[in-house]
Formats: sequence, structure tokens, C-alpha cells
Amino acid sequence: MAVTDELYIDVTSEEFRSKCLELHKRLASPVMMYFAVDERSGKNAFAVYCVFLDAPENSWVIVRMYLPEDASGFESISKDIFSASLFEREMKEMFGLEPSGNPDLRRLKLHDEVWPDGFYPLRKDFAPPGRSQKAGGAYRFKRVEGEGIFETPVGPVHAGIIGPGHFRFSAAGEPIINLEARLGFTHRGVEKLFEGMAAGAGQTVRFSERISGDSAFAYSEAYCGAIEKIWGILPPPRARYLRGIFLELERMYNHVNDIGGIAVDVGFSFPNAFASMIKERILALNEEISGSRYLKGINKVGGVSKDLDGPKRDVLLNSLDAISSDFTQLRAMLTSSISFMDRVDKTGILKKKTAVDLGIVGLAARASGIATDLRKVFPGIYSNAKFNLIKEEEGDVLARLNVRFREFEESARLTRVFAGNMGQGDICAAVKIEPKEGCAIGCVEGWRGPVLYWIKTDASGLIERCKITDPSFHNWQGLCFAVLGNIIPDFPLCNKSFDLSYSGNDL
Amino acid sequence: MKNILKNRISKGIVTVPIEERREEIDSLGKELKARIREKFGRSFHIREVDTGSCGACESEIIATTNPIYDIQRFGIDFVASPRHADALLVTGPVSKNMALALRRTYDAMPEPKFVITLGGCALDGGAFKDSYYVAGGVKEILPVDLHIPGCPPSPTQIIRYLLVFLSK
Repeated sequence: MAVTDELYIDVTSEEFRSKCLELHKRLASPVMMYFAVDERSGKNAFAVYCVFLDAPENSWVIVRMYLPEDASGFESISKDIFSASLFEREMKEMFGLEPSGNPDLRRLKLHDEVWPDGFYPLRKDFAPPGRSQKAGGAYRFKRVEGEGIFETPVGPVHAGIIGPGHFRFSAAGEPIINLEARLGFTHRGVEKLFEGMAAGAGQTVRFSERISGDSAFAYSEAYCGAIEKIWGILPPPRARYLRGIFLELERMYNHVNDIGGIAVDVGFSFPNAFASMIKERILALNEEISGSRYLKGINKVGGVSKDLDGPKRDVLLNSLDAISSDFTQLRAMLTSSISFMDRVDKTGILKKKTAVDLGIVGLAARASGIATDLRKVFPGIYSNAKFNLIKEEEGDVLARLNVRFREFEESARLTRVFAGNMGQGDICAAVKIEPKEGCAIGCVEGWRGPVLYWIKTDASGLIERCKITDPSFHNWQGLCFAVLGNIIPDFPLCNKSFDLSYSGNDL
Repeated sequence: MKNILKNRISKGIVTVPIEERREEIDSLGKELKARIREKFGRSFHIREVDTGSCGACESEIIATTNPIYDIQRFGIDFVASPRHADALLVTGPVSKNMALALRRTYDAMPEPKFVITLGGCALDGGAFKDSYYVAGGVKEILPVDLHIPGCPPSPTQIIRYLLVFLSK
């Protein structure tokens, strides 16, 4: 199977901006990925790739330009396409390539306080700064000034058991006027660590599971998908169905977790306790059928390593019945509480127009009326299962809650259908490890949204460059807009309704 | 309300017993146990800090507080401020961006205090230890009193390790 769903367009650096703009408008796609590759050793150039989703054609369109190796930058596209902005800042800090014309060049992940200027980790000739190189920069927050304005800084260490991030609220009276999220606290240099790993090795797949713990399966599936595309391997049907089952189980345990979280963030603790029991039940089911509560160790290049034989399939189906029945009770408990519904209705609205402009993806986009889901664009096994794309219009906390309610039920249905359709046969393609040079996108609609890997391998099968984009990277911006006009005490509620990843964003 | 009552009655008690492993308990330093008992009585409050974790460890820590595992029945609870904490529970490799926040959180805690690391990353950086941006394990920065291994450790394992640490 050759790479058929990716179209690469080579342009000059002068044409790059207009080509991207044209595709952005014509495909109505945000910038899904946008990154540089250091190809100075082979091509004497930096390559820059900008990826758009062509939903009607079920394919990716990738614009590529080469910059001379002594280039200091390129022309920014983010004045026209907002969703490109963060990616350009990333290229600036990771490669030292300056997007000229981008009004915001502050660092995202390599914090000014701890990382000196002039060290670009994703360049191939990078050497870490020595002890004598002092960092001493400071981050410049946006300031809101005026009479009665006050700032509330929160984090990076929060009150709950969650990841680290810094949030700075500017408020006048009660409503939030501006929220700035400063992230990057969990930056671990994941993309650099991938470089030089053997693409087909089990160890590399295991590493891909450790990047965002609540999406371990989506991450390893997207990773394997990219390598399978490069090497021309098609996993057998049963493997694809098994992946579908595990992916939907991952969606279910996370959705029910967030539903409980939304309840507890308005002080309604009983449904949260009940939701945590349902989550625990799904995690225990995961362990029983796959050996891992977080679905680790299942994916491998070419398919999966865990089969669901007769008894395990029965365990799955029986547990699903019990889980679905509990879930119905949970849903009734929440929707029948007037005070709860009052708190979530019209809170934290992300308007469709704003969501489109920001390039919001995944669950949050679907709650704001945007019909986007990779399960629809690249259906595979989902087409036979008559997958329903779930979307709401309002864009508030209730809409995101409703999308979760409905997707949970849809996932339970899909899992049953997949278990019925999977048939007999191999669970892994006979992979002859024949390392090939190439590059491809691996994509999965994880529970938050699209989890994307772009991987380039060399002739000996080692990874040359691995770019990862988590849906959170797009969607943190959405949260910052959704809270405007709300009160600071509702921030946890708004935040939970997005429930974005720190580790997936920071990498 | 009707839904809640119905659910409460039909579900009954869901909490599972955690069997204690005698040999693990015995292998522990008795001195330490005596000190904890003397200093903290029967209640032990933990402040959790994520210094670069993928989130799976947090998920399991939160799971220890669900009705199935109910860690609070042993007198262990998670608190919102380091000022209220007896122990600091750290997950994840230490990202350079978090080294200062970790140190400050520790400094904000009253004496006596303990540091517990949870998960392979917190021990020595785990899969991320060779990164340019990982300061290594927590022990490079703070004195560590207990390590709970796993990727991630299950709620039962977490409770067992804590109980063993605190017991008798």
C-alpha cells in the first residue's frame, strides 16, 4: 500500500504563503500541523511543511518549501491564518527560524527563565547549553490596564491532582477580561528523543504510549499508522477492528471521567463518585481483556499483540451492558438536576465563528457546531458500523457535556458492532522489517480530537524527525476565549469541559 | 434526588479490601514508622506535584480516592496546599521548567516532611532521562523517602506502598 492519502505540494518560499492561504480557504481547514525538518546534511536546507485536511477528498494536503541552510527565517502566515501562530513560535524556539511578520514570538516550551538564547534543540547539530550559559530572560504576559483591573495568577502547581500550567486572569469586578495560559511546564523534549530510534522496534512503540497517559492507545495507534504507511503494511482486518474496540474504550473511560469532573466542579460530588466507579469499571475491563488498564502494550507496527478470543469477547460484551446501564443512570442523575443544568447551560461559550477562526479541533469543535471527526474523513472500519458524527451547536459547557454523553453511547454501540464484525484471522501483518526511507502522517481521532504524527525515516529504518500534534495544542486557545465574560470561579468548570492535555501539548 | 437515593441504595458498599502484605511491612525501617506515628498521629496528608508526567500516574492517584479504593479510610488524604501537607508526592521526570516550582512547593511545606516519588519517570527520568530538558529524577533535587514503582502503579499498589510506609 503506497501512501495514497497524502498530497505533497512543493513550492518556493515566495509562493508558500499564498499557497497556504488558498488551501486554508478552499479546504476550510485550519493548519493541522506546521513544522520544520533539518535537512541540512542531505539537501543543504531546512524543509518546512504545512499540513491541511482535505475532508471531502479524504486526504491530507501538505505544502512544502525548502529554506537555504543559512536562512534566518521565513515569511509568517499567521496574520492570515491564526491556527498557524503557535506552530511558528515553536519553529522559532526549536529551529531558530524566525517567522517574520508574526507579532508574537515569545517562547512556548523552552522557558526564558531556564533556557539561554541561541540553543535550538531540533537542529541536528544541537549541543545542550553548558553550565556557564546563563538564562535570565523573563516571559512577557499580556497586560490589561485600567481602573479596577486586577490580575490573578494561578499555577503552575494547582490545587488538584492535575498537570502544571500557569493561568493569568485579568478581571474587572467579576467577569474575566483576558486569560493567558502559559504552558510548556511538562516539556520533556519528546520529539528529539524519538530521533534515532528504530522505527519498527517495540520499544519505540512503548515510548509513544508514554507521551500522553490518558491517550496512550490513540498515540501508539497513530504512531504505528505512520510507520505502516511508510513501509507499505496494511494491518489485517481483525487487527483494525481490535484497534477500533480499544480506541473506543479509551474514549469511554475519558468521557465518563470528564462528565464526573464537570459535576464535581460545580460541587455536585455524588455523580462524580458514581462516574469514577464507571471509569474504574472500564479500566478494570481494559486490564482484564488486554492486561493493561491504560491499554498500553497492545499496538505494534503491523497490527496488535492482544487478541480478544471467545471468553474475552464475552467479558467485553457483558461488561459493556453493565457499564451502559450505569451510564444511563448517571446521565439521568445529572440532567434531572435543575441546579446542575443551570450551572452548565450558557457557561463558557465558544462561538462557532471563534472556533473556526482559532482552528479548534475534535470534541470542542463538535460542541461548537463544526462537523469534524477523523473517523468520518478516514472511516475504514467505521463506515460499515454506520458511525454517527455527534455535534452540538451551542458551544457552552452543556454542549461539550452533551457531546460526551452522546459519544459515550455511540462508542459503546460501535464497540459492540466491532466485536461482532471482527471475524477470524491474523491480528498482525507478517511484517518483514524492510526499512524504507520515507515520510507519512499517522492519524487517529482520539477522545479529545485528532492525534497526529508526522514521521520521516531514513534508509536504515531510524527515525529522522517525528512531529507530534495533540488536539490540545490547538484547543488551549479555545479555552482562553471560552472563559471571557465568565467569572473566575467558573474557570475550573470551563477548563474541565475542555479537559486538555498538558503533556500532549508540551511534549 | 430520587435518582441519587435509588442509586445509593442499589449499589450498596463497593469498596474493596486491601490485603496487607506482611513481608513488605516487615522489611521496612521500624524507626521511620515510629517517627511518622509520633509526628503525624493517624492522619497523613499528601500534596501531589506533577513535574512532567504524562498524566497516567495522576489518573491512578485520583482513582485511589474513588469509592472502590477509598484511600481516605486509612487516614490518608490529598490536600490542595503544600502548607497542609505532611508529604509531597511527585510524578513525572523533572522538566527543567518545573524544577523551581518543585523546590518552592517543598519549601512551603511545614516540617517534618517527606518526599514520595511515584512512577518510573520520577525515580530517574525513566524513558525521558536522556532528554536535553529533563533535570533527571526527583532525587537530584529533593531527598526522597519512598518510591512507588510502576508505569503507572495501580491504585492497589499505591495504597499498599503507602500503608506499608505508614503502618504499625
